[in-house]
Amino acid sequence: MPLITTPHFDAADAFYEALIDAHRELSSAQSHELNAKLVLLLANHVGDRGVLDEALAAARDSVLRAPPTLSTGNRR
Amino acid sequence: MDYQKVVFPYRRAPDQGARTPARHPVVVVGAGPVGLALAIDLAQQRVPVVLLDNDDRLSTGSRAICFAKRTLEIFDRLGVGAGLVDKGVSWNTGRVFLRDQPIYSFNLQPETTHERPAFINIQQYYVEGYLVERAQELPLIDLRWKNAVTAVAQDDNGVQVTVQTPDGDYALRADHLVACDGARSSVRSLIGQEAKGRTFRDRFLIADVKMAADFPAERWFWFDPPFHPGYSALLHKQPDDVWRIDFQLGWDADPEAEKQPERILPRVRALLAHSAMKDAPFELEWASVYTFSCERMASFRHGRVVFAGDAAHRVSPFGARGANSGVQDAENLAWKLAAVLQGRAGDALLASYGPEREAAADENIGHSTRATDFITPKSEVSRLFRDATLQLARDHAFARALVNSGRLSTPATLHGSPLNTPDRDEFEGSMMPGAPASDAPVRVDGRDGWLLRCLGTSRFAALVFDDAGSPAAGRAVRALHQAADELAPLDVLLVAADARSRVEGARTVIDAAGLVTRRYDGRPGTVVLLRPDQHVCARWRAPDAAALRQALRRALALP
Repeated sequence: MPLITTPHFDAADAFYEALIDAHRELSSAQSHELNAKLVLLLANHVGDRGVLDEALAAARDSVLRAPPTLSTGNRR
Repeated sequence: MDYQKVVFPYRRAPDQGARTPARHPVVVVGAGPVGLALAIDLAQQRVPVVLLDNDDRLSTGSRAICFAKRTLEIFDRLGVGAGLVDKGVSWNTGRVFLRDQPIYSFNLQPETTHERPAFINIQQYYVEGYLVERAQELPLIDLRWKNAVTAVAQDDNGVQVTVQTPDGDYALRADHLVACDGARSSVRSLIGQEAKGRTFRDRFLIADVKMAADFPAERWFWFDPPFHPGYSALLHKQPDDVWRIDFQLGWDADPEAEKQPERILPRVRALLAHSAMKDAPFELEWASVYTFSCERMASFRHGRVVFAGDAAHRVSPFGARGANSGVQDAENLAWKLAAVLQGRAGDALLASYGPEREAAADENIGHSTRATDFITPKSEVSRLFRDATLQLARDHAFARALVNSGRLSTPATLHGSPLNTPDRDEFEGSMMPGAPASDAPVRVDGRDGWLLRCLGTSRFAALVFDDAGSPAAGRAVRALHQAADELAPLDVLLVAADARSRVEGARTVIDAAGLVTRRYDGRPGTVVLLRPDQHVCARWRAPDAAALRQALRRALALP
């Protein structure tokens, strides 16, 4: 089964808000911790090794191709 | 005998006066657990062995202490299993703690119906001591202490070995030279080879502490315990009230300073202070600081020179895969060398040792590397995920399965070995070609016993499943003997529900609990063929003699 990258959320904007909101009042370090835990929780839920590998590859590829200004927190 | 103090006398061997170098079929270098196991196995198969060791003592310190079930089964075959299991501390359970909370426990042997436990803990010097005593019973083993190999040269006719002794140098010739001389193998450097892999930037203190303590016989592993914050610790029970404690120290620790008692004692006191044994007296017996590597030789066989154990491959200790895989290397090699030397097989059989055990080493290296990465994360993000996993494990079962404080040694299934005959019939369960044979309780000759004990020492064996004298079983037994004729000695076991089953040419084992049938997915007429090292090489529902013969030939790497 391939990784789904076409729209698949029940309610995309609502999820997006919830994701940001999950980080409220967290320090930067805590946010990193949350992200890591979320990855692990969702990865287990997905389970399928093929899908997970594709997701990892897509994410890594995106990081490596991203122009430098977007990948840092430093904006004007 | 105090195995920590025994000194074996150097004796001048008759070879040392020979005018031309004496020739031996097999010379083994290194009388550690692997070299000794190999020598005993070969001698039991009537192959004479010269076993050279550059020292005259057994292992200093407890070193390898966790001996796995498969290794114990091999030790049973070598005649030392019972003594070691009696002396050793059996254990099946591991517990993992984060800070002061238990987060996870695992049982390495949920099936209790096996003769041997998942592990015993016993100091390496006991293992070596018992193996040496066994070797001394076997006249075909010529064990030479204070014999150090200083040169190795091979040609078409054999290997010339130069040996240094207190009496001066002498030369030997061997048809086959097996290097079991450890992580810093001199044979390996002498033939210009290396082991390649990865060294982990961390250090661990290992200490043997003698104390009357109440901890259970379980493997306890701590992440970030209050007595050693920010690092890991590990506790194992050994015989003689000796406890093995490992403390992670970090890369920047000074190994010489950390070995000093004044550094070690407070660490032990801190561990005890957090337990019910706060003020228990203890004594430090031995300590060492080590770094670890996962590495192997690209090829374990170089012509007539073969490598086994740490000389061939090395792993970090989390998972107890070092000595255990080395003893399993020896078992794989012994029957092949014997078959070749006794004319039952050709060089192709010996050539199968390398790929089979290189694949096993890769499996062990993979597991050990993953465990080490989890225990000693080497980047900020690796540590982030590691800590996230540990914290999730408190509340979520999936995360407990990810917590990796060591995946404990299990014997490799030799998938894809050319000696296997691929299944053509449907089978369930794990006794596939390449798998080490599973033990099971049986009744034999009117007594309770164990399946693996019924397998002849280092011979091919076949399990034939019967159902009250079904003709299929009788046919299978006859076909087996026909197939094995002039190929290899073969023991045939008739696995039956009760004693009424008797077939000439087979020994009846009664599967009273039905566990042989279950574990092997046996049905009347099923045949499972086992190699002399107790790995399955073929299985069928109703084979004919031609199929059986082909499988035996294949297992011997005959064309």
